[in-house]
Amino acid sequence: MADATPTTAPPPTPPALDADTAARLYRDMLLIRRFEEKAGQLYGMGLIGGFCHLYIGQEAVVVGMQACVGESDQIITAYRDHGHMLAAGMDPKGVMAELAGRITGYSKGKGGSMHMFSTEKRFYGGHGIVGAQVPLGTGLAFANRYRKSTGVCLTYFGDGAANQGQVYESFNMAELWKLPIVYIVENNQYAMGTSVNRASADKHFYNRGASFGIPGEQVDGMDVEAVHAAAKHAITWCREGNGPIILEMQTYRYRGHSMSDPAKYRSREEVNEVREKRDPIEHFGQKLIQRGQLDADGLKAVDRQIRLIVNTAAEFAAESPEPDPDELYTDVYA
Amino acid sequence: MASQILMPALSPTMEEGKLAKWLVKEGDEVHPGDILAEIETDKATMEFEAVDEGRITEILVPEGSEGVKVNQPIATLLGSEEALNPGTAVPGTPNGEGKSAAGSKQISAPPAPTMAKPVPIAPVAALAEPEVPAGTEFVTMTVREALRDAMAEEMRRDDSVFLMGEEVAQYQGAYKISQGLLEEFGAERVIDTPITEHGFTGLGVGAAFAGLRPIVEFMTWNFAMQAVDQIINSAAKTRYMSGGQMHCPIVFRGPNGPASRVAAQHSQDYSSWYAHIPGIKVVAPYFAADAKGLLKAAIRDPNPVIVLENEIVYGRSFPVPVLEDYVIPIGKARVIKTGHDVTLVAHSISVGLILEAAEKLAQDGIDAELIDLRSLRPLDTSTVLASVRKTNRIVTVEQGWPICSIGSEIAATVSQEAFDWLDAPPMKVTGKDVPMPYAASLEKLALPTVEDVIDAVKAVCYRR
Repeated sequence: MADATPTTAPPPTPPALDADTAARLYRDMLLIRRFEEKAGQLYGMGLIGGFCHLYIGQEAVVVGMQACVGESDQIITAYRDHGHMLAAGMDPKGVMAELAGRITGYSKGKGGSMHMFSTEKRFYGGHGIVGAQVPLGTGLAFANRYRKSTGVCLTYFGDGAANQGQVYESFNMAELWKLPIVYIVENNQYAMGTSVNRASADKHFYNRGASFGIPGEQVDGMDVEAVHAAAKHAITWCREGNGPIILEMQTYRYRGHSMSDPAKYRSREEVNEVREKRDPIEHFGQKLIQRGQLDADGLKAVDRQIRLIVNTAAEFAAESPEPDPDELYTDVYA
Repeated sequence: MASQILMPALSPTMEEGKLAKWLVKEGDEVHPGDILAEIETDKATMEFEAVDEGRITEILVPEGSEGVKVNQPIATLLGSEEALNPGTAVPGTPNGEGKSAAGSKQISAPPAPTMAKPVPIAPVAALAEPEVPAGTEFVTMTVREALRDAMAEEMRRDDSVFLMGEEVAQYQGAYKISQGLLEEFGAERVIDTPITEHGFTGLGVGAAFAGLRPIVEFMTWNFAMQAVDQIINSAAKTRYMSGGQMHCPIVFRGPNGPASRVAAQHSQDYSSWYAHIPGIKVVAPYFAADAKGLLKAAIRDPNPVIVLENEIVYGRSFPVPVLEDYVIPIGKARVIKTGHDVTLVAHSISVGLILEAAEKLAQDGIDAELIDLRSLRPLDTSTVLASVRKTNRIVTVEQGWPICSIGSEIAATVSQEAFDWLDAPPMKVTGKDVPMPYAASLEKLALPTVEDVIDAVKAVCYRR
């Protein structure tokens, strides 16, 4: 905690989750991992086009956060969004079909990887312009306050977006009007190919709200239980009418910025070290075994179940038709 | 079960590449995330990772091979039991044969869709002008008052409508458009924002995504350039990008175009900028009744609507019908005056120019038909075309710059759709192609004048 930051109650050492919740979070993280691996594969085969930003390595962040949301809460993020959609409960088939540009996708194939939405799951995108989702999320929180609902908006952005001016315009209004919003900075250390050290004068993203009086916390984003504890605390803070809060998630992306990133800005050793020492899924799996919450066979059973879901999604995407030519002109106006 | 690993596409445009180096050899066990090979594209050398577990049984393309086509098999993989489909076959596939290993299924890219026959741009439905029954009382009011009344009426009607912007509440509006609204609706619904256009525009769009109906006032449209990304990328495109799932019922409004002596950064006409964008509607009224009726329509519209007002016009007074609910359909032009010799088309403050020009032209025996576009998107080309087919001549008038202007669009449409009716080339009268100068003498030269309109009309009528 930086001195200047107004503090809320510091997050306690994350308590061990009960067996059911722990198993669910493990499964949710693994679903994202396997889904993203499959998406990478389908991209390589030409089934997915354009830009495709994979979330591999960062799974604990969104899974830990989403485990704490209630029915009136919303989420919004940028273009590295597949994990957020799965964690929000969206159907992997619809997400994969959208990646493949098929009519059965969440946006009828018109949005693609970066632009998907589910009003049913209160997932408000999926936005392709770095930082633009921050004022949009602040607007969702504004609507909660306007309607006097108890909803909290979870607004995700990266360490790169954290340097956009509109983020601070949003912070200012959110604190000024005490809007119920959790700003989650997914600090994966690289804004495309530029490391935090080369882009940010102040590397303490949890502290970026200090001049507005917004409290912040730094969280180990590779530990799903730490994220879960921080999420619970932050969402309660907002729901009780205290205004916004910032959570900086220390995380790491294993893959390139997008599929066409040769990743020459960091070494293979750096990536491997994180994978070996901090992998959110591997480590949590080991923890579950140690605690006796799940055994090795149990983990394998989860993996089999996930692979089936992911393969089914890929089949569904591949077999779904592309949008009809008539769809070119629909959905421009209501 | 064996499957093939295919040459991957590593960028949206890659068709072939060089298999620079294998990092595994035949017989190696591989796991997801292991690097299999280095691939050189025209742009970079990329590492290529395994997706599934298994053993490399055969390398089909040796390292150093150039011109390896995307999706060409480069190795075979024998899937480990864990990596393969766990007992259950994927529905519709025989035993899930090789379905889970890297590149196992040869899914060819789908054929490109056949081009749809172009359809009309933003088709305009039959739009009915609101009925003004005989005997309706008219009151004279300023455009300023008409805009205020429109907002107040809609805010009374629907409590999801709110107004936000700089100085809209306590100051009563920088141009006094929101006079009295704070007193009537309170600070929850009439919201002073910090000077933060990018931020509050995005916030408004987010609130609209959540189902509210924000009216976002820009002190002038010049300042909205700070926010144009949120207007276009977020407000205009999200419905389409979401396959129709998301809605963005929002109004962006404020004074547009040159005022007086405020120089280049504060004197810009954004008509053609916003009219260019699919997904938003654009209105630019001149008369008070239209300002009221179109702003009410904009607030009720389920789409983002840009309302281009004009500072100089705010103070002008016109009759407005006293009716319970006067809503004018967006996308319908008004024929202000019928005539036989030439069609004059304008919007916003330039309507004043064509009215004045028409009086002077009448003295010279030229009978002009006058069209107030009122809406710029959808653009009511059918009203314009019907007029040109009658008069055979057209002059467009606007304050914006000449390149890619509203007049350019109308000239193109008329040339395409009514070429055989034209007795003269369409003529544009526009602002001059320079940033707005401050000096009074130069500012006057930069703006279109009644004389410019008369000259253009005489040119197309061959009366010079």
